[in-house]
Amino acid sequence: MASDVALLLRRVGFGPTQAELAAAQRAGYAPTVQALTAPSTPDVGASATPVPDVGSDPINKYANPTDSQRAVVSTERERQTRQITTWWLDRMTVADHQALEKMVFFWHGHWATSIGKVIRPQLMMIQHRTLRGTNDFSTLAHRMVRDPALIYWLDGQLNSRSAPNENLGRELMELFLLGIGNYTEQDVKEAGRALTGWIINYTEATTHLAPAQHDDKPKTVLGTRKNFDADSLVDHLLGQEVCPEFIAARLWYRYGSSSGAIPADVQTAMVAAFPDAMAMLRAMVGTEAFQATAGQMVKQPVEWLVGAMRQLGLRLGGMPTETVDLILYGLNRLGQVPFSPPSVGGWPAGTLWLTAGTAQVRLATAGRLAGLAPVTGLTAESLASLLGIPAWSNRTYAGLKLATTPKQLLTLGLVSPEYLVT
Amino acid sequence: MDTVTRRKFLLASGVTGGAALAAGAGAMGLHALLSGGSDAPVLAADEGTLVIVTLYGGNDGLNTVVPFNDPAYHKARSAMAYEAGQVLALDETLGLNRVLKGMHQLWQNKQLAIVRGVGYPKPDRSHFRSMDIWQTASPEHPIGTGWIGRWLDGTKSPAETAVSFEPVLSPLLVGETTAGACVDVGGLRLPDGISPEMVSAFGQASTDEPDMQARVAGTYADLITVDGLIQEINKSATASPTETGTSVPATGTGGGDSLTAQFDLIARCIEASVPTRVYSVSLGGFDTHATERPAHERLLTQLDTALSAFLTRMTKTDAGKRVVCLVYSEFGRRVEANASGGTDHGTAGPVFLAGPGVVGGLYGEQPSLTDLDDGDLKATVDFRDIFGTILSRVLKSDPDQFLAGYRSTSLPFI
Repeated sequence: MASDVALLLRRVGFGPTQAELAAAQRAGYAPTVQALTAPSTPDVGASATPVPDVGSDPINKYANPTDSQRAVVSTERERQTRQITTWWLDRMTVADHQALEKMVFFWHGHWATSIGKVIRPQLMMIQHRTLRGTNDFSTLAHRMVRDPALIYWLDGQLNSRSAPNENLGRELMELFLLGIGNYTEQDVKEAGRALTGWIINYTEATTHLAPAQHDDKPKTVLGTRKNFDADSLVDHLLGQEVCPEFIAARLWYRYGSSSGAIPADVQTAMVAAFPDAMAMLRAMVGTEAFQATAGQMVKQPVEWLVGAMRQLGLRLGGMPTETVDLILYGLNRLGQVPFSPPSVGGWPAGTLWLTAGTAQVRLATAGRLAGLAPVTGLTAESLASLLGIPAWSNRTYAGLKLATTPKQLLTLGLVSPEYLVT
Repeated sequence: MDTVTRRKFLLASGVTGGAALAAGAGAMGLHALLSGGSDAPVLAADEGTLVIVTLYGGNDGLNTVVPFNDPAYHKARSAMAYEAGQVLALDETLGLNRVLKGMHQLWQNKQLAIVRGVGYPKPDRSHFRSMDIWQTASPEHPIGTGWIGRWLDGTKSPAETAVSFEPVLSPLLVGETTAGACVDVGGLRLPDGISPEMVSAFGQASTDEPDMQARVAGTYADLITVDGLIQEINKSATASPTETGTSVPATGTGGGDSLTAQFDLIARCIEASVPTRVYSVSLGGFDTHATERPAHERLLTQLDTALSAFLTRMTKTDAGKRVVCLVYSEFGRRVEANASGGTDHGTAGPVFLAGPGVVGGLYGEQPSLTDLDDGDLKATVDFRDIFGTILSRVLKSDPDQFLAGYRSTSLPFI
């Protein structure tokens, strides 16, 4: 079962260190599941990397900003964006409660909101705190329909009784709660009407309902006619049988297999734990089907980077700005930067990450990490232990034999097919 | 716009979740393509090859095809405006930007069509959304497939029928069941101490490993193959001499690194008679909000050099003579210059078609510079009419099948 514990740690967290893997193998599978999903000790790493206060949006300083003031604001927002992005990656690296950190990243991809449009780091951090602090999916859904960043991202603030905008209503059903095919176009329009009237106060970074802009006439959603508003709509959608099934399937897609559908028994076990997200994950990893998924996932770039930094004893916190920028540039070229999902559909999965272009960027980034890592006296065998790889294939072993320095060996290990796939 | 990355453009809304991508179609390798391992049929004599050139960032149409005699142009653009003597005249009213010398030669050879005032209803000024609209050819509703991707689906074509030499796949090549192939043009840049032999070793197949691991290995094989090609191109006497040194730093609005390098690869593929029908290349950096003129001229020079060298080379082979290049951007720019010597996001702009089979000339109506829509040009041609014409005349397909319900009107530029 040793390899199963390794799989568990890789999937539920960002990549175990040698010490974590050894401890988990001593403890056994079930106790490790328990320790991951319901940790009983405080998170020292998280305490050492508190959520940063980015300060207020710099635009608030100006009533009627000139072009040059706007440029200053833009530069400051970029700095704040870099600050929160770096912080989050650092937190992922040093946090002891790896399952929670990975889950926050999962929810970010689920409710995928990008600073590319939202622009204001303050709003992204409000959403981030919500994702981090809400394990109960039902509560989360209610919080998200009034989340300033999500509303802005999906044009909710433009959705009024006189000019309905169905963007948020559609994604609420398609991507967040039900899954495509489980509603009609008419349901989308009616849900959009239920969500009318939400206004964003940018200075306060809050949202509120403006009754005059809210459509308070009855709407028919999924066969039920009533005067839905945001909360009663969310309750109605959460109450659909497909909702827990959909959430279970999304968790399976990111934690179990991006190529194989969720097995029925796994789904049943997870649905029984809904809406407790961590309990759903616990139910999933307890199944035999989960333990049979080795080799079916490609590490996402963030997983790959954070896992590598954990195993090499590196962290972004404390690195020179230029080094951090180079690593973030690599992540960008690899196609995954926290707070910047490509679309409301979140990041892709599986083999889409695998192109010749990303192979090259991965090599460059691995070379950079290997140059930073304080590693000496490495062999192909100790490299495997360091990176948590059970055994090298003949092909990779032959490639590793060409390395003449620990840095080369480490670089190759980080880009090896064995390391990229979990 | 600064924080919007290249990838956000290229994997625009919904497209990333396509079944085609889940199946890994996008990762198809160039080595398979060039080694003849393709199931795609060889081109019939009447079928053309399409090269789509995407200019990321919003190209300033008014300073590309310049209405140099219009007082409203000079009033709106003041110091940024080009005088009559500074442009390469097309007629008494319009001239190409002075750096577009190769394209002006194509114009004189009647191989350059310029469609004026191209846009779509209810223009969106977001780079992200507007590029999505062009690439999916669906202005009204976001959809998860690109127009070429749907054509791949509909013609049941294999992935290598559409190829992009960019690091990530453009949504325009993504269909429901098929996606084009994509490879990076950058060539091999390895970290210190890592040799091509090491990467080659990782590109070998190994027995008894999961399919996904084999796919990772395949990316290293692709990397080596592409590097081999680029090295050959660099050694080749026919290659354009502008390979290095002309690249403008990326501005984070998407687009490829070296257009010349991308075109060189296409030329090699076409000369090798690979069965690819559609190539996608791109150039980024057109988001010229400040001190536009020098930056814009540098970018247009890159476009002009790459495009004209490519088309000159294409006249030398039969397959090359059937090539049509389409050049577009997600929007034009605001008529009125801003206070920083640049222009903000606008609406309609010119689209170029070039190639031996193109009927050169001006198409569409030049938008008025005084009858504006909230400071922006009113489009006179729907871009889907251009796509429809291409589907019909170059790809020999029924355009109405692939334009998401839009019924296109054919334009006589081919």
